[in-house]
Amino acid sequence: MTLDETVTREKDVLRTAALEVAGVSHFYGKRKALDDVSFVVEPGSFTVLLGLNGAGKSTLFSLITRLYATRSGSIDIFGYDVGRQPGEALRRLGVVFQPRTLDLELTVMQNLVYHAALHGIGPQEAKRRARSVLARAGLAERATEKVRNLSGGYVRRVEIARAFLHRPELLLLDEATVGLDVKARADIIAQVRSLVASEGVGVLWTTHLIDEIAKSDSVVILHEGKVLEKGLATEILARSGAPDMRAAFVKITGAEIQEGPGQ
Amino acid sequence: MTSIAATDRPPRKGFGPAQYAICLQGIVWREALRYLHQRGRFVSALVRPLVWLFIFASGFRAVLGISIIPPYQTYVTYDVYITPGLMAMIQLFNGMQSSLSMVYDRETGNMRTLLVSPFPRWYLLTCKLLAGTCVGVLQVYTYLLIAYFWGISPDSPWGYLTVLPALFLSGLMLGGLGMVLSSLIRQLENFAGVMNFVIFPMFFASSALYPLWQVQEKSPWLATLCWLNPFTYAVELVRFAFYMQIDYFSLAVVFGCTMVFLAGAILAYDPARGMLIRRGGAAE
Repeated sequence: MTLDETVTREKDVLRTAALEVAGVSHFYGKRKALDDVSFVVEPGSFTVLLGLNGAGKSTLFSLITRLYATRSGSIDIFGYDVGRQPGEALRRLGVVFQPRTLDLELTVMQNLVYHAALHGIGPQEAKRRARSVLARAGLAERATEKVRNLSGGYVRRVEIARAFLHRPELLLLDEATVGLDVKARADIIAQVRSLVASEGVGVLWTTHLIDEIAKSDSVVILHEGKVLEKGLATEILARSGAPDMRAAFVKITGAEIQEGPGQ
Repeated sequence: MTSIAATDRPPRKGFGPAQYAICLQGIVWREALRYLHQRGRFVSALVRPLVWLFIFASGFRAVLGISIIPPYQTYVTYDVYITPGLMAMIQLFNGMQSSLSMVYDRETGNMRTLLVSPFPRWYLLTCKLLAGTCVGVLQVYTYLLIAYFWGISPDSPWGYLTVLPALFLSGLMLGGLGMVLSSLIRQLENFAGVMNFVIFPMFFASSALYPLWQVQEKSPWLATLCWLNPFTYAVELVRFAFYMQIDYFSLAVVFGCTMVFLAGAILAYDPARGMLIRRGGAAE
């Protein structure tokens, strides 16, 4: 590639969406889990993927992170096709999965150093970055604790800190607050929004809880594998004519949704 | 809080050799840490072959001698004969233990951390395989240290060095087999089946415990089974290397099987073609 081509490519990337999902469908056997799903996450934006359990959110997550192969449609991260250029796409991605993925036998610091190695970051630099992200997440004093001894809320916060370790440009969080109490949930949401604001990364936040949506967020409503509505939360409210997001969701999907946990 | 400057973002090209080395180092380091934290695993990995050596082999030593067969230059006692078999047994169990660890990682979700790394999937699986093999080799040398005080050692101290490549290769083969099995096992509970249908048949239908020419005389069909068993060649490769010799046929078989098993594992963990997509394994 010549210098000109490289510069052109860099400019293209700067203009490109953080995440572009285009016409993605997915089947489990004969059952269609995703049906022609398309949406975009802009760089630096906070996008909520809203849907009930079973809507296809986790399947979409698995496709974006290349745990499953995309057989129909395309998924690009900053212009890099996840299927064809997985290395370039995945290195720009920070992920927090719904199930806990830390190694319970290792300490918080050891988990972070391991994650850094999986992104080609050496132990010294990894420890420096780990101390920094843990301090920002208020977890500095937990660095030497075994993950097994941490509460669910702390484990989740460590996972979020870990997702920032390799300095991603796009962060995916799959139902990151599931199973947490009200305070831990509020802490997690505040932590992510604060980090997003300071780091300027794009976020795709999947949830089935309406109260996790802010007015300034972009929202994609996924129902039974289909995108039924997308846009800024305020635009969706205006288009639906509903007084709040919960009413808008009911109107758009015909299904009830939780405001928050336990409601 | 310091924001990240554009220059801190990942560069726009692939990883260099140093980063590949860091990734390998990280995976080996994590495997070693896990192994050290699981003291039960460490102890049982040592006790198993030592029980065979101290009790089983000692009992048979009194009634059984092994005639002169390569690589041995003289008659050897039974405990000397089965030592390479026990070294390979450690690796067999370690390979299967690694597969158990992969099933566990998949069930707990930890496997995702590995699979969403930007390094090529084949490289990650090879690193994982190498990491498991390193742990197995460490176990074998610990066993050899104890066996030395029991009076078992190679003809020359160099044997401890020449056996190292053979241990690595056989460890890779057995780890590769374990990795393929891990992609086929849906749940941790199914691992008991691996014990019954893989580990025990492979170990007993091999040259680990008895020379195959003797088996041939008593039971030709069992001898054929042993010759078809890749574990037999791992045992013989280790046996010859321990006495500073190379059994080229065993080397070829073990190398070939390693390639086949590794390719199978890479295929099984490939999101486009592998088992995971059909079984919903990685993303469950």
